[in-house]
Amino acid sequence: MTDSLDLTTDVLVIGGGPAATWAALKAAQAGADVVLADKGYCGTSGAAASAGTGIWYVHPDPLEREKAMASREALGGYLADRRWMARVLDQTYDGVNELATAGRYPFPVVDGRPLRRGVQGPEYMRRMRIMVRRAGVRILDHSPVTELLTAADGSVAGAAGHRLQTDEPYRVRAGAVVLATGGCAFLSGTLGCHVNTGDGHLMAAELGAELSGMEFSNAYAIAPEFTSLTKTAYYSYATFYREDGSVLEGAGSQRGRSVIARTLLREKVYCVLDRADAATQAKMRLGQPNFFLTFDRLGIDPFTQRFPITLLLEGTVRGTGGIRVVSDDCATSVPGLYVAGDAATRELICGGFTGGGSHNAAWAISSGSWAGEGAARYAARLGPAAARRTVTGAGEAGLRPTGTARPAETHRDVVAAVQAEVLPYDKNYLRHADRLTPALATLHDIWREVRSGLHGAGADAVRTRQAAAMTAHARWMYTAALARPETRGMHKREDFPAQDPAWRHRLLVGGLDEIWIRPDEVAPVGPEEWASLGRPGFERVTERAYARAAS
Amino acid sequence: MIEIVSRERCITCDRCVEVCPRNVFDRGEDGVPVIARQADCQTCFMCEAYCPADALFVAPLAQPVPPDSPLRDEAHLAATGLLGSYRREIGWGRGRTPGAAVAVGPELPHKPPPIVNPATGRTEILERTSR
Repeated sequence: MTDSLDLTTDVLVIGGGPAATWAALKAAQAGADVVLADKGYCGTSGAAASAGTGIWYVHPDPLEREKAMASREALGGYLADRRWMARVLDQTYDGVNELATAGRYPFPVVDGRPLRRGVQGPEYMRRMRIMVRRAGVRILDHSPVTELLTAADGSVAGAAGHRLQTDEPYRVRAGAVVLATGGCAFLSGTLGCHVNTGDGHLMAAELGAELSGMEFSNAYAIAPEFTSLTKTAYYSYATFYREDGSVLEGAGSQRGRSVIARTLLREKVYCVLDRADAATQAKMRLGQPNFFLTFDRLGIDPFTQRFPITLLLEGTVRGTGGIRVVSDDCATSVPGLYVAGDAATRELICGGFTGGGSHNAAWAISSGSWAGEGAARYAARLGPAAARRTVTGAGEAGLRPTGTARPAETHRDVVAAVQAEVLPYDKNYLRHADRLTPALATLHDIWREVRSGLHGAGADAVRTRQAAAMTAHARWMYTAALARPETRGMHKREDFPAQDPAWRHRLLVGGLDEIWIRPDEVAPVGPEEWASLGRPGFERVTERAYARAAS
Repeated sequence: MIEIVSRERCITCDRCVEVCPRNVFDRGEDGVPVIARQADCQTCFMCEAYCPADALFVAPLAQPVPPDSPLRDEAHLAATGLLGSYRREIGWGRGRTPGAAVAVGPELPHKPPPIVNPATGRTEILERTSR
């Protein structure tokens, strides 16, 4: 082991995907000194890099914008906020244009006009890394953060972690921190998401941050069985079949996914993309080349041959729950701590329905930009005094057990036990109190074991912390799922199959040893509220509401 | 999962060691990277995209393939053009057009279109109910 790395900076960004890179870029452009620490390699890690994604990029034409805002509102159970949608659409438009010009992303040109409504992951993140480096950001790859550091007044003051390739601990003291650690997919095997274990949520909760919308955490994606290729869009061209060759009635990639889940509990489900004609097939290959890697390498023609499929949990990567945002610059309720991308709640633009694809991509650009700028301003206000603060490590579960420490290897058992409660379709997808209640009780038991005995040091701490993070995440999810006795957005309760108008509010959850839950004081802003309040006056209304909520 | 680091093709640039988001590779003593932690591989294909020598192969399965699988047979994969196919598809490498520049997918239908008639290759309003 060598001397450990100890850095001081204005803004520390934790994560290396789209939201992290936008945050680092905008913080640096605002004049801050920035360090970005990624669990993997900034440019390949996270849900976006290995995929391709649409972007919610809409021309600033009032009619088009109105249509865009209305598009997922009903699906999301009217829990979104039109004020946020409007500003995300503005910010995303600017960000994507910056990616095209300063970032030189080679967007396709159709009929002489650039088409900027989607990106290929590898190219996008390669360009983002270049932009971030050009802006002077110091990048620490393969450097997972294991805990946040706090100052005496409870504000965040940096983070500590472990550099995997040199096997050394490191520490970064910072005026402000942006968490852009992604959602949590519980190591389900969904594409590119092994790094998405909800680490940021755990670290934020240890400092007292609130989470929102954790009941909207049961997105499942279609993949060919035994593969990681969860790219669901093209299943719009699929017919689904039972083992005996008969058509699985009601099954579909969009509304009929629960039929697939229910069937998979009993038997295998097969699929053929037999609704794509020759011209469509050619376009599909150009649009998402990695979709076909699996089939080409297994020697399957997906347009004519049946192949078995499965559903993999995408948790809060594609679900919309996450750390609560309390201001326009994406601050959390912890001073100095900002949040961006899938680590944050995306209910503000999606409500309770999947933020997958274009909305999440837009949110990453927008929330990343705001969080980066907000963190830069916060650090500038603190000035050089920030570096003189006495700091303490805030990590608990998996790092500092309250009882007798057990070997770090037990993290595997913890992960398997948590997966047994969150992956099964009959527990998480097709929800019912009869199954959620015992699952939550089991998860609480797992947490008690984790808290008292799970312990790792060095590189092992990365794994024990992941296991702890997943356990906490699952408990917030099911606490919120049980607290919402209705069906809304992706949260479908078999025991409460209808949407209940009395529950049109967001749910906040938090705490670790003791979990608390309460309704959000800030009301959603649907089309009617938006129309009646009008934009300028309304901005002040929400600011007051946020101030009340934060006090 | 990552199955092959071709000793023949590898130019010992260590790019895969650097870019793998799961830190699966270690530097080999002779310069050729070693698959040190295959169980950590997330089958994301990113190492292949970044390998300038098309020396890596990721089988599309989330578990290791048996030793006698064609997906571990380098000669077979080279002959069938599968080695390096991801980099080719996304247009990375000298002299290629970036795939991003031509990535215009189909406009996704709001509800599934009718099934294609295999004889004509076109969609027809003839729903099969079983096969």
